[in-house]
Amino acid sequence: MSFVPGQPVTAVVQRIEIQKLRQGENLILGFSIGGGIDQDPGQNPFSEDKTDKGIYVTRISPGGPAEVAGLMMGDKIMQVNGWDMTMVTHDQARKKLTKQKEDVVRLLITRKSLEDVVSQSKGQNPRPGCFTYKH
Amino acid sequence: MDNESQYSGYSYKSSHSRSSRKHRDRRDRHRSKSRDSSSRGDKSVTIQTPAEPLLDAESTRGDDRDDNWGETTTVVTGTSEHSISNEDLTRLTKDLEESAPLECKRFVGPALGGCLSFFALVTPLAFLILPQVLWRDALNPCGTPCEGLYVSLAFKLLVLLISSWALFFRPPRATLPRFFVFRCLLMVLVFLFVASYWLFYGVRVLEPREPDYRGIVEYAASLVDALLFIQYLALVLLEVRHLQPAFCLKVVRSTDGASRFYNVGHLSIQRAAVWVLDHYYSDFSVYNPATLNLPKSILSKKMTGFKVYSLDENTTNNSTGQSRAMIAAAARRRDNSHNEYYYEEAEMERRIRKRKARLVVAVEEAFTHIKRLHEDEAASSPKHPREVMDPREAAQAIFAPMARAMQKYLRTTRQQGFHSMESILTHLQFCITHNMTPKAFLERYLAPGPTLQYQQQSGRGRQWTLVSEEPVTSALRQGLVFSLRRLDFSLVVTVTPLPFLRLGEEFIDPKSHKFVMRLQSETSV
Repeated sequence: MSFVPGQPVTAVVQRIEIQKLRQGENLILGFSIGGGIDQDPGQNPFSEDKTDKGIYVTRISPGGPAEVAGLMMGDKIMQVNGWDMTMVTHDQARKKLTKQKEDVVRLLITRKSLEDVVSQSKGQNPRPGCFTYKH
Repeated sequence: MDNESQYSGYSYKSSHSRSSRKHRDRRDRHRSKSRDSSSRGDKSVTIQTPAEPLLDAESTRGDDRDDNWGETTTVVTGTSEHSISNEDLTRLTKDLEESAPLECKRFVGPALGGCLSFFALVTPLAFLILPQVLWRDALNPCGTPCEGLYVSLAFKLLVLLISSWALFFRPPRATLPRFFVFRCLLMVLVFLFVASYWLFYGVRVLEPREPDYRGIVEYAASLVDALLFIQYLALVLLEVRHLQPAFCLKVVRSTDGASRFYNVGHLSIQRAAVWVLDHYYSDFSVYNPATLNLPKSILSKKMTGFKVYSLDENTTNNSTGQSRAMIAAAARRRDNSHNEYYYEEAEMERRIRKRKARLVVAVEEAFTHIKRLHEDEAASSPKHPREVMDPREAAQAIFAPMARAMQKYLRTTRQQGFHSMESILTHLQFCITHNMTPKAFLERYLAPGPTLQYQQQSGRGRQWTLVSEEPVTSALRQGLVFSLRRLDFSLVVTVTPLPFLRLGEEFIDPKSHKFVMRLQSETSV
């Protein structure tokens, strides 16, 4: 999941669509993010490569819209509604996720288990909902 | 060339090779004493334009050539044809410094000022006393207000007296080449002031025999008030104005490049020169002419290069072109003197360190031979009578073992001219008296100290010449350069203004000092 500068990033991603839940006057998604290019990547417990400055899901609130949609802890978010999340600051990521005008966010996330599954099922048809992400 | 006819400055010792060593030492001591014969701290600064040659007697030496000189004189080689030997130099120095009479000019200024101030102080009293003496009966009696005025007058006069004594009655430390403008201005002001008061007094009081005594007392009181204000003006102009630093003076000694930076206020050039000289004597290390020359072994190689003799009176263009070509050819030859200089320096340093180590050990050992006798010890041991010595004898007793090491060290560091045996003994006696450790005793010899340390007291002043392209009473300003010349070296002073400081303000709320750990921050969305 790390990147080599100048080379296109390739990853196996899963598309997840989360419906925002209205709570009071806020629309919430029900998970927490960590990471960003302005953060310290060495402290990220979920990344394999400790220089990876991407946005990771650090906590899922139980019963929230994210859990319902299938987001899991430790997922790396690659895109939010078409906006890239691999090279953003923490605050930029937060803003892209919490736009009050949008009801739904479509995420592209990647996790280690997806890669394993794909490599295991080499030769078989790729599962629906999974495709290789070329950025 | 042979020793006798070589007149360059490097070989003065060899030219006296026939004289005994003792004679040479005595001459050395005499030379050093005469060159640095010092003063009570007085200096006299005279102005000189830069075009004038410094040693008038010497510059004529090269000028009077006649056509027959070539026949009987041996060829003079060396650095230049116009060089003089060191003994001529010392003879001149001796003449200049010892035969200059004590100048009475030094005391004219203070005497004048003293007279004027005395006159000014006595005037109010005269104003009061004269009517009493001359027409006592006609005066109106004046009661309480006059008493008050008397008291205030007395105290103001006392204050004037004390402050004049404190501020102005100091022995002058320098005579300046031109008038000290502010002081002259103030004296003129005081004189005019007091004179005009006397004038009015004479016309309005003495002539018509004014009976109103209270008016006269008030008149005298107003004079004293005005004198106090003039003294305030004097204080500000002479003492206070130049305290706030405005310029930075860079002082460089021309012979060895020792330099210092000083901050001064608004002064005229001559006052700044005196200021610089005050600090020169205590800040700059003593000028040691023996350390200036490169070792002969290096320079002799240089000197065997091409020599250009101009045998005509009028040098034509052709010859300058020729000499330039010769110099270029000489420069292109491979020159290893820098290499030798480097090794010579390293060798010299090693030698100095070795001698210093020997000296330190010798002195430490010598100091262990004596100890101070306390009062109670004298009576307590009748069995072992010890010879009780006074400091001078004690110093002489322990000097012998360290003398040789000291002499060798001084010779290596070329300080032997500054310290005679007598002075070393005196210093040793001083250190013993004050319970100093060997290290404290050696402090004086291990590093060249400031020039003041080597001065003996004598009544003559120190002659310095202020060389400047601007009139010396003009104020300091940027880019000014003047130099203070002595016979064998000069101090070049450059003036730069201190930069204007634009100080801004930034208020930092003490509560704004906040820190975060470099963590992965987690935001819930």
